[in-house]
Amino acid sequence: MSGAAIPHEGGVPHNDDGVPDPGEMGGIPRQAAPPAPRPPLSHALRDAGIAALVAAGLFVPLVGLRTDVASSGGGLIIRTRWADVAILVALVFGGRLLLNLWETLRPERRPRSARNTALLLRVGTWVAPALLIFALTFPALPGTTRYGLDLGILVLTYVMLGWGLNIVVGLAGLLDLGYVAFYAVGAYSYALLSTGFGWSFWVCLPLAGILAAFWGVLLGFPVLRLRGDYLAIVTLAFGEIIRIVLINWVSLTGGPNGVSGIPRPSFFGLSFSAGGGPGSFSDFFGLEPSPTHRVVFLYYLILALALLTNWVTLRLRRQPLGRAWEALREDEIACRALGINVTNTKLTAFAIGAMFGGFAGAFFATRQAFISPESFTFIESAIILAIVVLGGLGSQLGVALAALVMIGGFEAFRDLEEWRMLVFGGAMVVIMVWRPRGLVSTRTPSISLGKRKAISGDLVGEGHG
Amino acid sequence: MSAAPGSAGGAVLSPRAEGVTPSSGARTAMLAMEGVTAAYGAVEALKGVSIHVEPGEIVTLIGANGAGKSTLLMTIFGSPRARSGRITFEGRDITGLPMHQIARAGIAQSPEGRRIFPRMSVRENLLMGAQAMGVDPAPGLEQAFTLFPRLKEREAQRGGTLSGGEQQMLAIARALMSRPRLLLLDEPSLGLAPLVVRQIFSAIRTLNAETGLTVLLVEQNANQALRLAHRGYVLVTGRITLEGTGAELLARPEIRDAYLGTH
Repeated sequence: MSGAAIPHEGGVPHNDDGVPDPGEMGGIPRQAAPPAPRPPLSHALRDAGIAALVAAGLFVPLVGLRTDVASSGGGLIIRTRWADVAILVALVFGGRLLLNLWETLRPERRPRSARNTALLLRVGTWVAPALLIFALTFPALPGTTRYGLDLGILVLTYVMLGWGLNIVVGLAGLLDLGYVAFYAVGAYSYALLSTGFGWSFWVCLPLAGILAAFWGVLLGFPVLRLRGDYLAIVTLAFGEIIRIVLINWVSLTGGPNGVSGIPRPSFFGLSFSAGGGPGSFSDFFGLEPSPTHRVVFLYYLILALALLTNWVTLRLRRQPLGRAWEALREDEIACRALGINVTNTKLTAFAIGAMFGGFAGAFFATRQAFISPESFTFIESAIILAIVVLGGLGSQLGVALAALVMIGGFEAFRDLEEWRMLVFGGAMVVIMVWRPRGLVSTRTPSISLGKRKAISGDLVGEGHG
Repeated sequence: MSAAPGSAGGAVLSPRAEGVTPSSGARTAMLAMEGVTAAYGAVEALKGVSIHVEPGEIVTLIGANGAGKSTLLMTIFGSPRARSGRITFEGRDITGLPMHQIARAGIAQSPEGRRIFPRMSVRENLLMGAQAMGVDPAPGLEQAFTLFPRLKEREAQRGGTLSGGEQQMLAIARALMSRPRLLLLDEPSLGLAPLVVRQIFSAIRTLNAETGLTVLLVEQNANQALRLAHRGYVLVTGRITLEGTGAELLARPEIRDAYLGTH
């Protein structure tokens, strides 16, 4: 053949393996499987029976047996609670049976995830601006209380941390279980620099980011060759090392007592003192002195920081570096073969992700005015990672929604007291069952031809068994 | 400096650095491996391999499963590193270089198993090929779409949704985006229908004829590979056992018995 083009033989578009062309099917995923055979009633009963057996096996030791202190003699006696076990097992049996029957009886299956994706796309176009407008006007809305503002600040802090971690985990695909370490580095950087040298927040904020980025690179070097589970373990250890150093280096960090009296940020040199003396914010603008001013200011500060994180991420995604991160997540060997410097790509992901963690940490320190190692435990890393995963790896909107649901929801269920953790855990399980690839599992190509076509999460590997 | 192929008349594209036609007699091999050994742990996969690829050639490496064909290609790329011996590209020693620098020297590869980026669109995949080299992607894209019109149709589609043949086309086109002077191809026919294999092989021939691209091709499909190639090597358990032109090798009875099936 001498021409440059390789013509299709026969001229009809076809696949080499002879199946109808999937490209013509638009957004419908290829895996839209034919409806599975409906389980008959006996199968449903059997399945429910197995579930009940498993439940019985778990509940007999957990609930059925209980040790009490005997009233006479003070020894331990075993009390049995078979009635409770029976109720729980019956609940599991009934629930499982209902679930099975519902699967059998419900109307014909449609390609649900494809529909969901299309719906989310439509919703997504106005959800993000709506959320932004809401976030911007929130302090001015009538029914906003001081408590609401504090909660807003908390949620936005986690949105920012989620977005920061999203760079490392969502874009570059490097599973980091120790992200809180950078949060801690940022917080302690500001706390120590401001209490030790009297430097202002605005000087320390970039320094906190730089220091956190430095530690990000420091963590990055030893883990360059690691991936997946192994990387996760090392980052987990790194997070713990930072925390334990903070506890034990008493002369510098104050150890378990933490650092207190951290100065509050000023608004272009105007302080937010409660008395409203000369040079204060309220004095300058002729306002009635109110402690709410500072809270509103902190709210807008973290909002600006979070939006900065988002903006930088979105910008980077369209640039060679961001594309290299995404390629790295997809296939490291292919990246190397294409001449991409994998070392630098990974280190920049760690550094930039850590930098935003450091910014958030500095903000946390100035907001709390007191920090101690207790604020930087593994559970914080886990929550931030959960936000990123629940939101959908790599999705900015998804991460924001997940932070709102997780942190806001956790507060909303405060009345449930000890049941709160249970509801919280249940909600996470439900989200993962309902949308195994996160709330927003689509990926918009960073370059597109005219119209944008999002990529459904159903077409990608993540979350598929 | 480099000994790039000479005339590229009517070319789709000429390779990145325009070389000088080598003066007769002073022909240096574009790629040379001299006594290269490589191993995975204690298992020696290459036991002193010497091959050379001249500018403008298509050279194929055939051999059975586990003979070390893919290892040989990967050793050129520095993973695994050669334990001994020397690999030179255009006269420059590339034996110990990190992978990305070898790629930047002007060698591209379409690795085993294609390894396209499944979540990125066809266009993004192609751009990744040009990105690391800092090459202008426009001519490469044009070449890719001329060579494989199917990719143009699929431009906005995700890599992972392409058929096997289209993915292979994408892998080759992506490798070409960096405008390499030497293309390493690892089993481009693997798992593809005969019709698609023909399309891909004829694309390789076109590239070689029109742009003078040098190709080192690893294949199990010995019959077609030897028909395509100017020269071939036979690799058996880490050693080169035979060398010759494609036609010579095709004619040899032991090749027919071992790799082509007897009739």
